[in-house]
Amino acid sequence: MSTELTELDAIGTKVVEMVGGRADAVVTVTSRRQGLTRFANSFIHQNVGDEHVSVDLRVTAGGRSAGASTTGVDDAALRRLVGSALDAAAVQPVDDDWPGLAPPSPLLVDGALDFDPATAAAGPGARADVVDNFVAAGGGAETAGFCETAATDAVLVNSAGQRVASSATSAAIDGIVRSRRADGVGSTYSSRLADLDGAACGAAAASTALTVGEPVDLAPGRYEVVLSPRCVAYMLDFFTIYGFNARAVQEGRSFASVGEVQLDSLLSLWDDATDPRHVGLGFDAEGTPKRRLDLVESGKVVGLAHDRRTAAKDGVASTGHAVPGGAAIGAVATNLFLAGGRATPVEDMVRSVRRGLLVKDFWYTRVLDPRTLVVTGLTRNGVFLIEDGAVGPPVANLRFTQSPVAAFGPGQVLGVGDDAVLAPGGLHTAWHHAPSLHLAAWNFTGGASG
Amino acid sequence: MAGVEGALAAGARYADARVMIRRSESMSAQNGHIEGLDQREQAGVGVRALIGSSWGFFATAELTAAAARAAGTVAAETAKASALVPGPPLELAPVEAVQAHWESVCVEDPLSVPLSEKGDLLVTVTAVGRHAGAQLAQAHYEVWDTEKWFASSEGARISQRIRECGTGMSVTAIGDGETQRRSYPGIRGQVGTRGWELIREIDLVGNAARIGEEAVALLSAPVCPEVTTDLILGSEQMALQIHESVGHATELDRILGWEAAFAGTSWLDLAQMGSLRFGSELMNITADATIPGALGSFGYDDEGTPARSVDIVKDGIWVGVLSGRDSAALAGIPCGGMVRADGHDRIPMVRMTNIGLLPGPHSLEQMIAETADGVMMDTNRSWSIDDRRLNFQFGCEIGWEIKDGRRGRMLRNPTYTGISPQFWGSMDMVGGPSELVAWGTPNCGKGQPMQVGHTGHPAVPCRFRGVRVGVRG
Repeated sequence: MSTELTELDAIGTKVVEMVGGRADAVVTVTSRRQGLTRFANSFIHQNVGDEHVSVDLRVTAGGRSAGASTTGVDDAALRRLVGSALDAAAVQPVDDDWPGLAPPSPLLVDGALDFDPATAAAGPGARADVVDNFVAAGGGAETAGFCETAATDAVLVNSAGQRVASSATSAAIDGIVRSRRADGVGSTYSSRLADLDGAACGAAAASTALTVGEPVDLAPGRYEVVLSPRCVAYMLDFFTIYGFNARAVQEGRSFASVGEVQLDSLLSLWDDATDPRHVGLGFDAEGTPKRRLDLVESGKVVGLAHDRRTAAKDGVASTGHAVPGGAAIGAVATNLFLAGGRATPVEDMVRSVRRGLLVKDFWYTRVLDPRTLVVTGLTRNGVFLIEDGAVGPPVANLRFTQSPVAAFGPGQVLGVGDDAVLAPGGLHTAWHHAPSLHLAAWNFTGGASG
Repeated sequence: MAGVEGALAAGARYADARVMIRRSESMSAQNGHIEGLDQREQAGVGVRALIGSSWGFFATAELTAAAARAAGTVAAETAKASALVPGPPLELAPVEAVQAHWESVCVEDPLSVPLSEKGDLLVTVTAVGRHAGAQLAQAHYEVWDTEKWFASSEGARISQRIRECGTGMSVTAIGDGETQRRSYPGIRGQVGTRGWELIREIDLVGNAARIGEEAVALLSAPVCPEVTTDLILGSEQMALQIHESVGHATELDRILGWEAAFAGTSWLDLAQMGSLRFGSELMNITADATIPGALGSFGYDDEGTPARSVDIVKDGIWVGVLSGRDSAALAGIPCGGMVRADGHDRIPMVRMTNIGLLPGPHSLEQMIAETADGVMMDTNRSWSIDDRRLNFQFGCEIGWEIKDGRRGRMLRNPTYTGISPQFWGSMDMVGGPSELVAWGTPNCGKGQPMQVGHTGHPAVPCRFRGVRVGVRG
């Protein structure tokens, strides 16, 4: 255990001892150091950093539960924290469904699997270098975006004897190059700053923005589409929060039905924080170690994400997907992989399209109905007409109103790309590992400019 | 002052520091059971340093003079790193440096109300809300008690205490293949810079059964037709309409391109301010941070600028923006005093205050009576708008057919879509002062790292002509 984790462990242990026999307790002590450099109009206009330790305590006494948190770590602050949580719990009604604490169970992988010391130590100068390279690759065109580095150390201790510790770093460059005709986007998400190539991302964005013709307006309607990995990862957030969340299923708010074929047979979906291609800590908010969870196998729904409460209700074990604030949200898989079928180069997918659209990014998408998962949103950062297998002119941004469940449904997936990468989800909850998808139809309901 | 001194010693030409201590409490309940109770305490100091044309910001949770001074030093070093990719010369619009204290009005301290009383309220209303046959009844309240101290290298010394709270509930009926939800008083409840007296004024108990019955009735109501028609919006949905299509569109940082890669830009061009027609002559929008009790109110913003009211749209013409000291200086306009951060660890940025539509000469009753064929909608359910804040599509929880001047049958899944200046240009009736509600939006996401802002939106019912409704997937 690192020095940082040892210090956090001591705080967690102290809090559990302060609670003593008065309640069951689970304490999470998290240290986070974050730096983020933003650029716009091709210069750095915001450059921020912060560091803090937070202590989150949840107590349950006689079935009565409450939580409290603080950013203070001295004894007085910790005593206030314990007193506050115990006092609050005492006046709560009994929770008959309280599932108890996570039992002692070791992590399944090295708790520092995703920790890169160089990323943890990176300062604003290192981030500015990445930004400088991105801007330079824009060739004088207007650029905007961000470069972020973060390091998290976390320890969870509970009064049932569970004690786990994990550290992770993350790094990202995500930016656009803008032209009058179109914007282009380039990004890399990783656990290591060294993986970020600002010049390559800038060049990728520039290749979209600077090499295209005049944009054309397209009539609304259903179009065959090739969605980029960013678009697919964007949609996976909706699947995980509204679909494969066991609480949503138990309450009848989800489309997901275990045992049924609900997606195309080309698609398999799983969650795995222990895969080194992903970024994250080794345990969930309740202290259950992370492990692989299969959600969809060849189109058939085979699993749901559970926390201890939903698992107890279904008579199964927690899958390790409790999230902070889970009492209201449920269990959420935050390290998704989507794959399946024969991995196809994007160029081949485009060649097979007689008339359709190549979509590079989605934006501001919200759910109209959680059960059917109909969402509405817009295209962004490049959408192109495909005609007779060739990418044509850029298209003015379009609004869509579409259920991704239906669009990814049986018979609807015509190809799965060989270009899977980490990309951010559309509700900003997680990064997901996703490929391009070639879909039979996507419902565009209007133009963005009128 | 240690944070400011640390930044100045490290080379800053301007620096400011904010100490913030925020205590918050939230409780949620579902179907007669408490689901969560959390109390949080967050404290720390954030220091901002300006070197040349470059900003740097650093925050620490350690509240000692030494830690604050060190944070100031790191903020200045961060600003120096920013200079590797420098921007144009940057000045700050002048603001008088004052020494002052301000507190929001709070009659009943929300953190002193017994937890048992709060819990009883949520348990009761969620039990009642479910009785109509709906499967899920949920309720919540949230309380924030924020103390902050601001100091700048120009001599400002400002302390503030802002207490906010709010509550709301929703009932969800689950049918065969879809869900229907009704909320009260709005999708996000109602939130203000007030004490627990606000929660007592919101009659959750008296409305729980009604929204439960409406949620169930919606399951069998006809779907909102896909037509172009006259649209009447209730004040809660109008608040969202104002927030998304006027508030964000008139943020000066977006107009200047500072949010281009994430939140987006704006369809507005500064060269057209003062002449561009944004809406009909009935459209009058102000940004007023001085409204007592509204969620976007304060005494001074997080740059030390006193709260004020600024015209944004006057008689349908776009006349103003939301700004801070640096953006205002770049645009050559007076500082609007609209810069805030959602914690000590976040850099202040342009934020909506209370962006509201001034009341007009009509009433909701009059709008219905004078509509031969149309749809009325209220209570926001979904929202989506493009990165230039031009094309929007919003869904509401409930709709009603309007035929021959009467409100008719209920409609489910009502949505409408439009292009901002065309939509606002079609507004021909605006509700009166007695229908004004200062709605609070406690979840406005913006910036990186993401900040959650608290904004206010005074709104009245309005009528729009020739709107496309009933868009479906």
